[in-house]
Amino acid sequence: MTQMKNAFFRGIQDGTPIGLGYAAVSFSLGIAMRNAGMTWYQGFLLSLVNLASAGQYADLQVIAADGAYLEIVLVTLVANARYLLMSTALSQKFSPRTPMRHRFFTAYAVTDELFGLAIHQDGYLNPHYYYGAMSMAVPGWCIGTALGILAGNILPESIVSALSISLYGMFLAIILPPARHDRVIAAVVLCGFALSTLTQYIPFLSTMTAGTKTIILTILIAGCAAWLFPHTEDDHDA
Amino acid sequence: MTHNIYVYILLSGLVSYLIRVLPLTLIRKPIRNVWLRSFLYYVPYATLAVMTFPAILYASRSPIASFAALLAGGALALRGRSLPVVAAVCCITVFLLESILLHS
Repeated sequence: MTQMKNAFFRGIQDGTPIGLGYAAVSFSLGIAMRNAGMTWYQGFLLSLVNLASAGQYADLQVIAADGAYLEIVLVTLVANARYLLMSTALSQKFSPRTPMRHRFFTAYAVTDELFGLAIHQDGYLNPHYYYGAMSMAVPGWCIGTALGILAGNILPESIVSALSISLYGMFLAIILPPARHDRVIAAVVLCGFALSTLTQYIPFLSTMTAGTKTIILTILIAGCAAWLFPHTEDDHDA
Repeated sequence: MTHNIYVYILLSGLVSYLIRVLPLTLIRKPIRNVWLRSFLYYVPYATLAVMTFPAILYASRSPIASFAALLAGGALALRGRSLPVVAAVCCITVFLLESILLHS
């Protein structure tokens, strides 16, 4: 019992900085949701059930455009596909003696940062450690989203306009640093910018919704990159 | 046709959970296929790049201010500056440029 408690509190400790970081990112996401007309409780709910930044932003594109239900299914699948890789890696961190139910609870909160914490634990993962970290990260993510939407409704338009750019700044901070050291990633990013621009301005292609464009271009670019430049390193931290 | 926001939320949440829970419960084996591993590795960069540009240009009230934020934030990100710094510089750039461009 005390061992369980200790693991949980260790998780809270390690999860606290993650929760704070999540609040900042989801605040920006909340601003974008507010611009798309979502209320604070809808944003809170979307964050609660998804717990994914890129995935939720992709969802938002579909919601804002009143896209088909199939579109939100596919866009969520594509934008969150990398979690397949993390969950399979995390699967190996469970002791065969850990009851199955812990896999169902842990799965809910597989994110880049929490996965990073779990994978760096020595030996098997204690699920209570993961729950401790979740108890900080999940509220940080959801409350940050709601606050972003509320702030967007209250703050003057000049501030909201400035804050609206922050989410894109965060995306740049995620994709550009690795692009410096990895030419394939650099090429993937540049192709993404270029093809996205082309589809936006070419008359026939511009009728495509933002969600569909994200799905098709992601599969096309990542698919070609994987075919031409297989990534062979053991990417535990992917 | 107008779609229900709660159906959107439910569907996205369901897909997000299935992606995470299936490998942890049913599959439980590492993905060995090199193409699939590579594909999943490149996906986030492709998705984020596609969603960032040119959408970033229309994020603020002035495409010029947004473009300046892209250059400033992009330069800092390439130098390896942290996420909050890059995001803050983008916001400040837009705020300053908009206050000049939209009030003259």
